[in-house]
Amino acid sequence: MTSKEKVYPTIDAAVADIPDGATIMFGGFGGAGFPNNLIQALARQGARNLSVISNNCGTGEGELGLLFKNRQIRRVVAAFPGPGAKYFQEQFDAGEIELELVPQGILCERMRAFGAGIPAFFSPVGVGTEIASGKEERVIRGKRYILEQALGADYAFIRAYRADHMGNLIYHKAARNFNPIMATAAKFTIAEVEEIVGTGKLDPEAIITPSIFVDRIVQAEGKRYA
Amino acid sequence: MPKARLTREQIAERAALELPDGAYVNLGWGIPNLIAAYVPSQVTVYFHSENGILGMGPRAKPGEEDFDLVDAMKVPVTLLPGGSYFSQDDAHVMTRGGHLDICILGGLQVSEHGDLANWRIPGAKGAGGIGGAMDISVGAQKLIVTMEHTAKDGSPKIVKTCSYPLTAIDCVDTIITDLAVIDVTPEGLVLREVAPGFTPEEVQKFTEPKLRYSTNVPAMRLQPR
Repeated sequence: MTSKEKVYPTIDAAVADIPDGATIMFGGFGGAGFPNNLIQALARQGARNLSVISNNCGTGEGELGLLFKNRQIRRVVAAFPGPGAKYFQEQFDAGEIELELVPQGILCERMRAFGAGIPAFFSPVGVGTEIASGKEERVIRGKRYILEQALGADYAFIRAYRADHMGNLIYHKAARNFNPIMATAAKFTIAEVEEIVGTGKLDPEAIITPSIFVDRIVQAEGKRYA
Repeated sequence: MPKARLTREQIAERAALELPDGAYVNLGWGIPNLIAAYVPSQVTVYFHSENGILGMGPRAKPGEEDFDLVDAMKVPVTLLPGGSYFSQDDAHVMTRGGHLDICILGGLQVSEHGDLANWRIPGAKGAGGIGGAMDISVGAQKLIVTMEHTAKDGSPKIVKTCSYPLTAIDCVDTIITDLAVIDVTPEGLVLREVAPGFTPEEVQKFTEPKLRYSTNVPAMRLQPR
């Protein structure tokens, strides 16, 4: 059996085929675990009309801020766009960007469900709030729940600490955050990593994202933080 | 001259007394973020952060920050012995799944039925943001809200019905403010303690729904110094 080579030679090569209109998930939270190299490469590549799924919407020109500044994004699913998301907020206030605001844990769970082949699930979060608007509500064992839909994407851009050549990944501290979930919920997962080691060099007990969820690996070069 | 209410630090100090030894705890933005500094020395609690940390320690010393180890407010923190890292979905298995003993959040409004509004002021500019507040409110074994008793314009923040966008319904157990400690019960709001120098009648004036209280409401406990 031959295996497909997952390690890409350059960051730009790893994102070269992203088409206009793609739906892309971006890992990261609180400045940690953002795929900043891939984001900058996507800014150079220039794909437009993107739908993005991310906890927040960048800080100034950092993280996703760059893609908003370049007006490459049309629609956002996020839990906390953030007061520092200058370019997003300007375009949102001008009515130029569509936003779906999702409770953070439900954002996780909708992706987790998609990755696990669950099309929708009932959740107690948001019952009686504006989040429940338009969603089916059901009483289960005496409690109210709303129906949440699974959330998938064409691509996941993630950041990990170390990969082997098969695409097994481990993470560093709280930079893990959304990255492992997104890896399961996209058709193609592209991971930028600090170090690529030989297959078999990672402790199998410590692997967080198994290789089956990872399609492309590329060595991160630039700054870890935006 | 109006009587002095408690400071934000004193609200945090009083709230810290609600933490039982051994509890797993999530602290939200605002006043709750001040509480960790006031945990009594004989009490050990384990702090949870929704970005995937359990057993979170104090803020990192200058020069020792690791920006891969930050709390939910992006502040570089530390990890205590026995602490662990996990993904954001597991962090919310802990919140929504009812595994956290106590969560303490800030509030814009709390209703007499324990509904909480804390994520958006109507008419405010920008998109607003929910973050983890809805998941935390729904799942906490005990939810405490710390906030000022009245808004900047003097209007009550403890109301009959929230007019601000809701975070969750029927979720708040206790409200700790600069004027009072109030428990939300099936029979209504029960005034447990009042700020030193205030009477229950005075607290009632700043509170929209009716408060229930006994003839002797004790003063809010602050920690011995």
